[in-house]
Amino acid sequence: MSGDRLKDSAGDGRVIRWRLLMGLVGVLALTGVLGGRLAWLQVIGYQHYSTLSQNNRVRLVAIPPTRGLIYDRNGVLLAENVPAHRLVITPEQVDDMDQTLKRLSKIVDLRPTDLERFHDLLRQQRRFQEIPLKLQLTEREVARLAVNRHRFPGVEVKSHLIRRYPLGSEAVHAIGYVGRINERELRQVDASEYQGSSHIGKTGIERYYEKALHGHVGVKRVETNARGRVVRTLDRTPPVPGKDIYLTLDMRLQQAAEKALGDNSGAIVAIDPRNGEVLAMVSKPAFDPNLFVNGISLEDYRALQTGKDNPLFNRVTRGQYPPGSTVKPFYGLAGLELGIRKADDVIDCHGSYSIPGVDHRWRDWKRWGHGPVKLKQAIAQSCDVYFYGLAYKMGINAMHDFMTPFGFGRRTGVDLPGELTGVMPSKAWKRRERGKPWYNGETVIAGIGQGFTTATPLQLAYATALMADDGKKIAPHLRRMTRAPGADRPQLDPPAIPKKDDAIKLKHPEHWDEIHKAMQAVIYSPKGTARALNDSAYRVAGKTGTAQVFGLGSNETYKADEVPKELRDHALFVAFAPADNPRIAVSVVVEHGGSSHTAVPIAGKVMDAWLLKYGGQDATGGK
Amino acid sequence: MRLGASDTRAGSNQLTPLQRMLHLDGPLLTILVALSALGLTVLYSAFGQQFSEVEKQMIRLLIAFASMLVIAQVPPATLRRWTPWLYGIGLLALIAVLMIGVSGGGARRWIDVGPFNIQPSEIMKIALPMAVSAYLASQPLPPRLPHVLACIGLIAVPVGLIAVQPDLGTAILVAAAGFFALFIAGLKWRYLVGGAVAAVPGAVTLWFYGMHDYQRDRVLTFLNPERDPLGAGYHIIQSKIAIGSGGLFGKGWLNGTQSHLDFLPERHTDFVFAVLSEEFGFAGVCLLLALYFAVVARGIWIAGHAQDNYARLLAGSISLTFFVYFFVNIGMVSGLLPVVGLPLPLISYGGTSMVTLLAGFGILMSIHTHRRMWSS
Repeated sequence: MSGDRLKDSAGDGRVIRWRLLMGLVGVLALTGVLGGRLAWLQVIGYQHYSTLSQNNRVRLVAIPPTRGLIYDRNGVLLAENVPAHRLVITPEQVDDMDQTLKRLSKIVDLRPTDLERFHDLLRQQRRFQEIPLKLQLTEREVARLAVNRHRFPGVEVKSHLIRRYPLGSEAVHAIGYVGRINERELRQVDASEYQGSSHIGKTGIERYYEKALHGHVGVKRVETNARGRVVRTLDRTPPVPGKDIYLTLDMRLQQAAEKALGDNSGAIVAIDPRNGEVLAMVSKPAFDPNLFVNGISLEDYRALQTGKDNPLFNRVTRGQYPPGSTVKPFYGLAGLELGIRKADDVIDCHGSYSIPGVDHRWRDWKRWGHGPVKLKQAIAQSCDVYFYGLAYKMGINAMHDFMTPFGFGRRTGVDLPGELTGVMPSKAWKRRERGKPWYNGETVIAGIGQGFTTATPLQLAYATALMADDGKKIAPHLRRMTRAPGADRPQLDPPAIPKKDDAIKLKHPEHWDEIHKAMQAVIYSPKGTARALNDSAYRVAGKTGTAQVFGLGSNETYKADEVPKELRDHALFVAFAPADNPRIAVSVVVEHGGSSHTAVPIAGKVMDAWLLKYGGQDATGGK
Repeated sequence: MRLGASDTRAGSNQLTPLQRMLHLDGPLLTILVALSALGLTVLYSAFGQQFSEVEKQMIRLLIAFASMLVIAQVPPATLRRWTPWLYGIGLLALIAVLMIGVSGGGARRWIDVGPFNIQPSEIMKIALPMAVSAYLASQPLPPRLPHVLACIGLIAVPVGLIAVQPDLGTAILVAAAGFFALFIAGLKWRYLVGGAVAAVPGAVTLWFYGMHDYQRDRVLTFLNPERDPLGAGYHIIQSKIAIGSGGLFGKGWLNGTQSHLDFLPERHTDFVFAVLSEEFGFAGVCLLLALYFAVVARGIWIAGHAQDNYARLLAGSISLTFFVYFFVNIGMVSGLLPVVGLPLPLISYGGTSMVTLLAGFGILMSIHTHRRMWSS
């Protein structure tokens, strides 16, 4: 270094050092600005940004509860949850999708529709989201995939629970089924409870007790990354499983009843008259509820819905049939109780009846008439003329008022959705519903359960049960016991009997016995219409009935064999047994059964099964 | 702080053994090592505890420190002699990169020379302040207008070449380095004010004709991040959330949720500051700023004690340019400045710019340790 340069430097040095100092001060100031900015963000803005950061990363994920199981009264499993396996692919973990699908198709049966749906989802979803390739893997496919697992990165078999009804179509109308939840249903329930659930009860017990069966949704807080992928679980509130429900049904009795009805369309209801437990409940034809669980195909559904016999239709609660002569014991009781006829009053039946001023003859089912009959014979032989006159004397409003406490014209309140009321007509009813005045002739045919009167098989069984137990009120029900999650044993859980349904009190309780005897005469008297059951091992009381499907002219004769099956009368029979200490009340409707003789032995088989085999000494206790 | 070079007392001006034998400046080295260690710590977290990446960064740091050590051995006089050559080579390389450069990420910044790539703009980061300092040192100070204009020419040509690559961040750094040399040399205030006034129409012209769409976009997004919350504004919003949610003491090392859950963009490189802020909070930020300021202060101190104008201007320029580095990066990440692609010095993952940076500190050390002691 030369000396003059040093001299130069010494002179310039002052300027430079001054500028350096200014620079340093500037740096300090601007670094202070940075510090201030960061203090603004980190100290003053901390709460704000901290919240944003939490919202960024934490998501709530619903954990669906396990649905409660359904058992019969003896613990036979009716609805269960079984693991199902589906094949899912996470695209971002797959190197060569085409190659993977090609190799997978050698192990798993992949249909073109599976692949089509997969490719659709592949375009729509994000790369890290699982895409289902096949929904229902067979055990064999699951095993094959497990062996080959290492060859398929990004391909997984996922398990979940699906509802299964091990007994298929048995008692299907009572149990119901679950199906994929839809928009409308989601609006009706607490949507937050269903965030993780895909299915909901659609009919039957599954729907009626949806809330109990479903349980409470659980939730886990998960941390997600910027792309929404779950990184880890922070904490979880476990779901509360649904309650298990034990039905009043005895599946052995149910099976016996279904077998007894055979291929007929129709319905059977068996009730324990002492407590309202529905022991069996058959509606035929039936269907396999398992079809609905994972979405029924459109063709299958159409076939079920438009089928001539409509298998989806629950005849027990929604089939409104003219009760026919099964109402006669009730009107007989009404006649006694209202003091219109005494048990010993004799009516001469000549095969037809007419009322003053009306030029119409109402015919008895027996062309030549029953001759002179008292109440007991009238019921035993189902004399129409006896009841034509009785009805005419009572008047429709009195009949309505007497029949209503027996459940006619109103819901029994059974724990199933969609129960219908049937019709117990009155003058007010006709004016309200039809806008027309009541005609006396309509009273006459109401006396034999025809005309406007309709009732469901459940109502008939209910009324019969009331009759059997001298008017003691019961609430027909299907849920017998409930087991809360974690509880060892189920607790009895019958419904309360509605306050308005006080016991039916007669002014003369001996009238019950009068009618019971008449109903026994149906089976045991020489001309009884249900003599087929007179060799039963217990004493039976009952009443037959036929429900007209189409009317006959007053001079025509009905001959079942000559009428096409779909126009034949429905065969009805109601009964209870043992007559002196009833433990079962049954109603049977055989659609187009022709004469009531088809219904009688069916009821007999049901009562045999219960009283002789399954019901035990004390039928209240399945166990 | 005293910046007097005439202080001849024994002590501060005596060369320590470290300075005499290795030509290293102890205080500066200590701060740089501390910053590097902090950087590795943050990167370990930013990489989700992948040590292999930290290892790579350690190797880069070793190379960078080695280059610093090598350059520190070269006396300032030799550096000054090399200056015109270095500037010339840098200029040629910048022209070459525009013609035969390798494209990447929409920009053309590298030249492929067999085993490795050269980034000519990095050469210019060193060569330009050297050239401006050398030119000014050969003129009487403070510089008069013709010299100032000559310097502006020296600066404008390489800066323009870098800006069209485009590499706005580096262009700013190089321009700042040249400007700081001019400023320290005593650039008259009226020139400064005049330049600032001229800059307004210049900026307008630049906006409409000189900027790429993405650059305009960045500026607009800077002015209003919510303009495009899922697009360009997303980065700034998420990095502000990361910084703000750090609070006073941070979420703790390895516990940053914004960074670990991929909300933060570029978290290893340009936005690594947000990771640090989130995990170490305001306390960590203050530590970092203190260390950075210490680097600048030590550099200025060295400049003040340098023995000729070339060394003073160069040392001052390098020190103040280092400030621009961290000011622009932190300003950008905290939403104070537009998003400009500049790494956080000594912390961000990546090698090239770090080698240049430490080469610059090598020059500072050379300047400080090749002083002739009056006493000797």
